[in-house]
Amino acid sequence: MSFDLNFIGILIGAIMASSVPLILAASGELITERSGVLNLGVEGMMIIGAISGFALMVVTDNLFFAVIGSMLSGLIISLIFGLLTQSLLTNHVATGLALTIFGIGMSAMIGKNFVGIPGKEFPLLFVNLKESIPFLGPVFFGHSIILYFAFGLPFLTNYFLKKTKTGLIIRAVGDSPTSASNQGINVTLVRYSCILYGGAMCGLAGAYLSLIYTPQWIENMTGGRGWIALALVVFATWSPIKVLIGALIFGGITILQLHMQAVGLRIPVQLLSALPYIMTIIVLVVISRDSRKIKLNTPTSLGQIFYKEK
Amino acid sequence: MYKLFLRSLISVLFLLGFSLNANAEFKVGFVYVGPTGDHGWTYQHHEGRNAVEALGIKTTYVESVPEGADAERVIRQLAQSGHDLIFTTSFGYMDPTNKVAKDFPNVKFEHATGYKREHSNVSTYSARFYEGRTLLGHMAGKMTKTNTIGYIASFPIPEVIRGINAMTLAAQKVNPDIKTKIVWVFTWYDPGKESEAAQALIDQGADIIMQHTDSTAPVQVAEKAGVWSFGQASDMQRFAPKSILTSIIDDWAPYYVERSIAARDGTWKQQDTWHGLKEGMVAMAPYNSAMGSDLVKEVEQLQKDLASGKAHSFTGPIYDQKGNILVAEGAVADDGMLAGMNVYVKGVEGDIPQ
Repeated sequence: MSFDLNFIGILIGAIMASSVPLILAASGELITERSGVLNLGVEGMMIIGAISGFALMVVTDNLFFAVIGSMLSGLIISLIFGLLTQSLLTNHVATGLALTIFGIGMSAMIGKNFVGIPGKEFPLLFVNLKESIPFLGPVFFGHSIILYFAFGLPFLTNYFLKKTKTGLIIRAVGDSPTSASNQGINVTLVRYSCILYGGAMCGLAGAYLSLIYTPQWIENMTGGRGWIALALVVFATWSPIKVLIGALIFGGITILQLHMQAVGLRIPVQLLSALPYIMTIIVLVVISRDSRKIKLNTPTSLGQIFYKEK
Repeated sequence: MYKLFLRSLISVLFLLGFSLNANAEFKVGFVYVGPTGDHGWTYQHHEGRNAVEALGIKTTYVESVPEGADAERVIRQLAQSGHDLIFTTSFGYMDPTNKVAKDFPNVKFEHATGYKREHSNVSTYSARFYEGRTLLGHMAGKMTKTNTIGYIASFPIPEVIRGINAMTLAAQKVNPDIKTKIVWVFTWYDPGKESEAAQALIDQGADIIMQHTDSTAPVQVAEKAGVWSFGQASDMQRFAPKSILTSIIDDWAPYYVERSIAARDGTWKQQDTWHGLKEGMVAMAPYNSAMGSDLVKEVEQLQKDLASGKAHSFTGPIYDQKGNILVAEGAVADDGMLAGMNVYVKGVEGDIPQ
């Protein structure tokens, strides 16, 4: 491996690109979970976003519609989850798992007619700067607009949760839905909104895969990234900024592993693909020893069904 | 009452006759590992099926069947539902095919790329893809400027290792300085992983990308990065018009037609088929004119020589990575050695994963 600075820049750029779907999906899921709802359907919502985005790109030949459409379809599919868990009070875990299975099957069915069609080129920004500035060029430039959005999102989310009134309400609902409800907050409405937002972000994460990262439709193309995003939220202990760091670590593992192989280093591939989960378990063990750290961010009512007694 | 009995008897007989008739119809089944629209491996098998269907023979296919327990269930289902000949088109279907064949001695089975023929009703067939790899190696050796060839490999089985070796030997012949860098992705079909691997190889200085995986993702990455690439299994030219120099095409149609007719007419016999450029089971897509007419002529000549037997992909002397001789000067590797190939030749970087 040549260790010149520019090469490291390219490597960092590749890692950033691979972490985008994780950041988007995990940031969305983080908001959902902070409101006390555990939606395990991330993988399903992502894959629905991926096929909708790609199908719309093919049909309308317009990338803008494709991106918006993927978010809408993620939102619609999360609405099913919302109806079931919030209005019909079903179990979060079971409903979320069902949503994932449903999404994978549904996307394969819609996708039948879209297999093997080459995707459209997604515009990349500042390509000139990428080539003219060594090291910093490939790190900061030559990416799609969605990447810049994804990297800004954790900071926005952080500000939103900590500094705005709405953010405070979401946290209140997640921590104690009963007290929030007694304060006159419509818990169900807040949770619905958070679920829909999470769905839209997962849809966008899927569209990033099918429109930008590997511009084509392939059955099951999310390849478990939804589960990594779920693990990432726990890994980050529900803090948006740590989501960003975690996504870079998890995304980096895959890219580095391929580079190490290309250099001729031998490493057990299977172990590396298990690493995100192993790291999440370690984090869980570490934080559970320190109750103050957990209390700081963990939504206490996570996964619990809430209904207002009348 | 008597009338009712007669009426039901007649309808039962009618139904019985109908179903017997349906059973008597000759049917061919296909089991695919990927979707028919992968524009690679499965797509080509599906083209072969279409050729059989065009003869007026009834066919059924099941796509995206995982290698493993599901495969046996699908193959058994096809055998039970009256198929007379079943093609199972992936290496991992080897054991399931033989297992089902034991229980259905009257059904004929054809397994692609495997070597187990445990029962007299199982045939195997494969193509000498390595002959195509030799042509790719020749082109790669001539076209590379960085002397680095990137190779995306799927699983460490003889089939894949043979391709890596054939390509490297041919490239070394025209360019002694070349290096082959390999990334193992441990999948036949995962476009995300395949494109990450292609990108990693390009970042490491490879200006030729070659794949032994089935999706079109690697050639698309190569096209974007402005490096050369080769299509796999099917003509992938329209996915990367500038970058692709040629594609190795698997043409199963003539074999499928021949075997289906033989099974229908009762002349089917167990056999092991390994066809190459000569028989047309391996074909090359049109060569990209960007490599210059001289090189195109050279490659076309080499293609003819490989087909006629004048040239062989594994002509000695061939050394392994440690410098031990594998094939003596002037000799060629026999089919037994090719079928079980499990070492890299000199010039390939890294180790074969275990």
